[in-house]
Amino acid sequence: MNNTFYSEILTEHNLHPFHKHDIKDPNMVLEGVNPSCGDDIILQLHVDEAGIITDGGYVGDGCAISQASADMMLDLVIGRSKEEALHLSDIFMRMIKDPDSLSEDEMDELEESSSLQNIAHMPSRVKCAVLGWHTMEEMFKGEDEEE
Amino acid sequence: MSMHHDIRKIREDFPFFTANPHLVYLDSSATSQRYKGAVEAASDFYLYHNASPLRGLYDMSIQATESFEAARQKTADFIHAGHACEIIFTRNASESFNLLASSLCSLVLKEGDEIIVGITEHHSNMLPWRDAAARFGATVTYWECDSEGYYSPESLQALLKPNTRIVTVTQMSNVFGLENDIKTFARLAHENGSLFVADGAQSVPHMPVDVQDLDVDFLCFSGHKMLAPFGIGVLYGKKKLLDKMPPYMSGGEMIDIVTRDRVKYSQLPHKFEAGTVNAGGAIALGAAIDYYNSLGFDYIQSRESELTAYMCEQILNLPHFSVMGSQDPREHHGIVTFKIEGVHPHDISAILSQENICIRAGHHCAHPLHQHMGVMSSTRASLMFYNTKEEIDRLISALSGIRRAMGYEE
Ligand SMILES: Cc1ncc(COP(=O)(O)O)c(C=O)c1O
Repeated sequence: MNNTFYSEILTEHNLHPFHKHDIKDPNMVLEGVNPSCGDDIILQLHVDEAGIITDGGYVGDGCAISQASADMMLDLVIGRSKEEALHLSDIFMRMIKDPDSLSEDEMDELEESSSLQNIAHMPSRVKCAVLGWHTMEEMFKGEDEEE
Repeated sequence: MSMHHDIRKIREDFPFFTANPHLVYLDSSATSQRYKGAVEAASDFYLYHNASPLRGLYDMSIQATESFEAARQKTADFIHAGHACEIIFTRNASESFNLLASSLCSLVLKEGDEIIVGITEHHSNMLPWRDAAARFGATVTYWECDSEGYYSPESLQALLKPNTRIVTVTQMSNVFGLENDIKTFARLAHENGSLFVADGAQSVPHMPVDVQDLDVDFLCFSGHKMLAPFGIGVLYGKKKLLDKMPPYMSGGEMIDIVTRDRVKYSQLPHKFEAGTVNAGGAIALGAAIDYYNSLGFDYIQSRESELTAYMCEQILNLPHFSVMGSQDPREHHGIVTFKIEGVHPHDISAILSQENICIRAGHHCAHPLHQHMGVMSSTRASLMFYNTKEEIDRLISALSGIRRAMGYEE
C-alpha cells in the first residue's frame, strides 16, 4: 500500500501518544472540534508566571492525523514560551496552507511535525492536522481578550 | 422480464464508469451514479423542446406540460400510487419531509400531541418533525431499535398512545441496510388512529414499493439516489389527506383565482408545486424509471443481494472488523456499515481514497442513531446493481491492509 501521508512517525504518535492524558493542574483548557469529521480534543496546558508552557496534554477522539498532530505539537511546545509556541504555530499553519513560503530552517524548527507537510495536498484533511494548533492559538487569544 | 442482462452493457449506460476506469464507487447510498438516458432526456428537453410547462397555451408549452405530467404518471406507476395527483415533485427527500412536517402538522397536530420518530432516522426525517412539534407544543418520542437495528411491532405498540398523531420510520435504514416491516407498522399506527409516514429514500431505488399494499399515508424519496440528477424528489401522499392539507409555499402555478384579498388554491398536485417547476429533473426521473422497468426488480434485487451478501461476508471475516446492524449478510440491502478496531473512519476513507475507492465515513446524517449505538462514527460501503464482484474484491484487499498501514502488527 503506498501511503504517502500515514508515515511511521504519524502512526507511532497515534498508537502510542505521549501526551494523550489529563495533566495534573492545567491552568488553560480548551475544547477544539472539527464538526465535519467529528474530531474532538480537549487541550490542557500549564503555563507558569513567566509565560512558559511547563506541562501539556490532551484527551479526545478523532482521526489519526488530528490526534498525532496534537501529540507532536505538545512535544514541540512544552518547555517553551507562549510566544515561541505561537511562532511555531505560525510556521505549521504556513506549512499546511502555503508550503512554498517555508524556509528550510523553518521546516527544521517543526521537528517531527514537519512530517505532516504532505497534508497540504489533501484539502479534506487540513482541518484535522491543524486542530491542535488551532485550539492552542484560540486558547492564547482568548486569554488576551480576557486581560 | 429477462433476468439476464450483460453487466458490461449496463456499465456502459453509466458514462462515469467509462470515464473513471480505475475508480471503485461504493457510495451509492449517498448518491447513485447517473443513468446516461436520464441526463440525456433532461438535456433533450432543454435543448430542443424547452418551454414553461403548465403556463403557455401554445403547442410547445403544452408539449412540455405533457412530458412533465407523463413523468408524474411514471413515478405514480413505479410506486403503485392510485392517482398521478398523489405525486408531488420536490427538490429531494429532505424537502418532501419539510413540506410534510409543515403542512400536515398544521392540519393534524395540536398542543400535547405526540409524534413517534424512529431512532434510525436520517436527520431529514427527524429535524422537521422536531421543529413542527416545537411549533405546535407537541412532543417527539423516539422509537428505539435493538442492537441489530431491528424494530419489533411490540415496541411500537407499547409507544402508541391516544394522542399519537404521526408515526414515522424509514423503510430501509441508510446505516444498517435493514428493511423495516412498514406494512405492519402502518397497520398498527392506523389501528391507533395515527398517520404513518415512510422514508423511501433508500428503499425505492432498490426494491419494488407498492404504497397501496403497504398502506402508508406518505412516502418521501430522492431522484438522485435512483440514477436521476440532483434536484428532483418526490412526496407521495394519499389524495384524501393531501386535499385537506394547506399549501407549503405559495406563488405562481398553485392558484386558481387570486383577487386583491382572496385566493383559491389549485387542485392537487399543483397546490404543492409553487413556482416554475423542475421539468427537466422530472423528465430525467421518468427516464430513470423507464430504465428500472427495463432491467426489472427481479434482476436488480437478485444482483444486489448477491453482491451485498458477498461484501458483508468478506468484511465479517476480516479480523478486528465489526459490522453494524444484522450479522446476517442477507439482511443488508446494498449497505454494509462497519468499524475497524483502533482505526478512525476518516483514516479508513482517506486510505481507501488513495486506492481509488470511494466509500463514506462519518455519521451518515444519523447522529442520534450513532449515539444510540454508542459509537462516534462509522464507515459505510454501499453498492448498486452496476457494481461488480471485482470491485468488492478491491475493497476487501484494501481494507485488509489498513490496520498494518496504521501501525498495528496485524
Ligand atoms: C434514509 C434517508 N433519508 C433521507 C435522505 C435525504 O435525502 P436528500 O439528501 O436527497 O434529501 C437520505 C440521504 O442521504 C437517506 O439516506
